[in-house]
Amino acid sequence: MSTLTADDLRARVGELLAAHPPASTDRLEFLRARFDAGLAWVHYPAGLGGLDAPRELQNVVEAELAKAGAPDNNPRRIGIGLGMAAPTILRFGTDEQKQRYLRPLWTGEEVWCQLFSEPGAGSDLAALGTRAVRDGDEWVVNGQKVWTSVAHIARFAILVTRTDPDVPKHQGMTYFICDMTDPGVEVRPLRQLTGEAEFNEVFLSGVRIPDANRLGAVGEGWKVAQTTLMNERVAIGGNAIPREGGLIGMVSKTWRDRPELRTPELHDRLLKLWVQAEAARLAGTRLRQQLAVGAPGPEGSAMKLAFANLQQALTGLEIELSGEDGLRYDDWTLRRPEKVDMLGRGPGYRYLRAKGNSIEGGTSEVLRNIISERVLGLPSEPRVDKDVAWKDLPR
Amino acid sequence: MSDLLYSEVEEDLRASVRDLLTDRAGFTSVLARTESAEPYDLKLWRTLAADLGLAGLAVPEELGGQGASYREVAVVLEELGRSVAPVPFLGSAVLATAALLAAGDTELLPRLAGGELIGALAVPLTTAPDAGFPGGVSANTEGALSGSVRTVADASVADVLVVPAVGPDGPGLYAVEKAGATVTEVVSLDLTRRLADVSFDNASSRLLTSGPGVESALRQALLVGAGLLASEQVGVAQWCLDETVAYLKQRYQFGRPVGSFQALKHRLADLYLEIVSARATARYAADTLATGDSDVPVAVAVAQSTCSAVALHAAEESVQLHGGIGMTWEHPAHLYLKRAKSSELALGTPGRHRAALAGLVNLPPA
Ligand SMILES: Cc1cc2nc3c(=O)[nH]c(=O)nc-3n(C[C@H](O)[C@H](O)[C@H](O)COP(=O)(O)OP(=O)(O)OC[C@H]3O[C@@H](n4cnc5c(N)ncnc54)[C@H](O)[C@@H]3O)c2cc1C
Repeated sequence: MSTLTADDLRARVGELLAAHPPASTDRLEFLRARFDAGLAWVHYPAGLGGLDAPRELQNVVEAELAKAGAPDNNPRRIGIGLGMAAPTILRFGTDEQKQRYLRPLWTGEEVWCQLFSEPGAGSDLAALGTRAVRDGDEWVVNGQKVWTSVAHIARFAILVTRTDPDVPKHQGMTYFICDMTDPGVEVRPLRQLTGEAEFNEVFLSGVRIPDANRLGAVGEGWKVAQTTLMNERVAIGGNAIPREGGLIGMVSKTWRDRPELRTPELHDRLLKLWVQAEAARLAGTRLRQQLAVGAPGPEGSAMKLAFANLQQALTGLEIELSGEDGLRYDDWTLRRPEKVDMLGRGPGYRYLRAKGNSIEGGTSEVLRNIISERVLGLPSEPRVDKDVAWKDLPR
Repeated sequence: MSDLLYSEVEEDLRASVRDLLTDRAGFTSVLARTESAEPYDLKLWRTLAADLGLAGLAVPEELGGQGASYREVAVVLEELGRSVAPVPFLGSAVLATAALLAAGDTELLPRLAGGELIGALAVPLTTAPDAGFPGGVSANTEGALSGSVRTVADASVADVLVVPAVGPDGPGLYAVEKAGATVTEVVSLDLTRRLADVSFDNASSRLLTSGPGVESALRQALLVGAGLLASEQVGVAQWCLDETVAYLKQRYQFGRPVGSFQALKHRLADLYLEIVSARATARYAADTLATGDSDVPVAVAVAQSTCSAVALHAAEESVQLHGGIGMTWEHPAHLYLKRAKSSELALGTPGRHRAALAGLVNLPPA
């Protein structure tokens, strides 16, 4: 790691702003220049958008750029690319892959999606059956994925497939980068309980993927996927937020502004959730401080679980606090949004969307299994599928 | 943002305290002591307080202390929580010491900080930081105190009491020697932290401070007490989790370690999650107290309302998941349950702290 200080970074941000004044520079041009200056994600290697600097210093960069009114890369729209694809490519990609994909991923020119879940493989991701069969320098892929967020705007996907059905399920998988514009990729909207179609079904029929788009070795797909999933959980709830940042701030504001809605029972619940939100915020801060000194604790999975609990309790309370308005909904139109807009929509939407927080990225039940086994070291449950070839598993 | 991690110095401190407590406050000896005539281990206290210098950790060096901060005191409390060691640390090294510091005392402090004297703050242990100045004891024009205070922590072993009392010119903090007070030990729910009723009948005292600052001095002492008690509660909770996990790994029923049953694993995962949050709030409270940050009242209210509940939940789960053995006197789980339930009431209940918070962060009641 380099020995850059906060002041060094401030100076570099100053140079970037001088060479590309945000007011007179095209948004994309600015973002590309920022990437090239190593100020995209400072903890990434030099030449790949970073400066090998401590992760914590990213906050310095963000604060300086925000002060200067610089455009951001719309991180929520490209969350899967930033949080999952990028760290996986960084760790397992070839030099060519890193050069090709990381910059347009970060600037948002190319949106990524995650082709993991299948109708028969969700929590048990390693059971997946989408087949990839080698054909010379290419792989031919057939299968179906489901719940694929933002597939309708994605240019690329991270994809896990089965390449050897004759070995136990964890061993026969291989991981690819899939071009969503390739022939044979079909994306169909899947409407969800909020009314919108944020996720999709994706059908893969005879899709040909060059071997150069493989991430990691043949048969090592599970290991690569683990990296993605770990990063997914750290990415969720991983940003520094001020006190009352996010939903708790919104609910608190309603409480302050609308005295006629208050009841003693709601007051009690609001204060409990305020404390819970503050505790989760502090725990998140602690986690980031641990990451910054290179001691990543097992708290990552716990934070994702905490976040889901909190969001659901808060959005439930918010509806009750809304009085008559809690019975209304803002919009049931079938739309295909580009990102999850929790703060931009009404309480009804927030309540319904938050139900996904304990399912997406690993269900709360599965996270509890992970914490109890990998953090607390409790014994795993008897496994009936461990030594059985994938093709012989009951399904 | 505050540093919420433990420094190397703090980890070293933890290791040495833990070593000592492992040697000298194993649970069989702690348990045996609860039924003996000497419920407190004053030899252990002297080692901690005088030999290791822990009684004066947060006291400036010129007043005979170590010149460290409340962050270090918090780490000591975590370890004392883990071991439920029967020593008057909270009463003397935290509450009485913080009151003397806030009162600007320079006479008694060095003797408390050096472990030469044990102190206690003469308020009911349930007193919340925002409780207002107590009126149970009054001082006459000569400074003689009369009146009584119930359920004072660690008073039975105290050499000197710091007493809030109302004199002819208003509230003041007074110091009273043990001989001047009648201290009657009561039967406490918590076997390892003793309580006593204290009364004064024309007891001669020394005025520590009075005037406009005295109410905030008492409040400051109670904030320090409540904020640091959170760390003790984290220690209690962590012990309960660790012991329960260890037990469930080795206890077999239905041909499997019971720890492999998901119904139990999920409860322990939730408990772990609670402790992660509790630790962050306790660290934040300790850090704001150490730096004198203006956010202290909020930090303390958040930490107390979180850590009280988490310690209690951990202790209750520990008893339940140990099954029959958890219900016995011979297993230490009950010592932690009694500590956890008592400290839920100590220095303000979670509900009381949330009510205080409502005022602090502008979320007014209905
Ligand atoms: C809004 C949203 C967006 C999503 N986006 C994507 C995406 O972009 N890409 C993608 O690949 N996937 C995506 N997913 C899919 C998500 O990862 C899966 O839904 C999730 O992993 C759960 O799998 P499942 O739906 O098959 O549920 P199942 O695995 O069938 O689970 C059903 C129930 O059983 C419980 N359960 C299962 N196994 C266990 C166990 N061992 N112990 C205890 N309980 C268990 C589960 O917790 C759940 O309650 C998304 C999901 C949602 C809700």
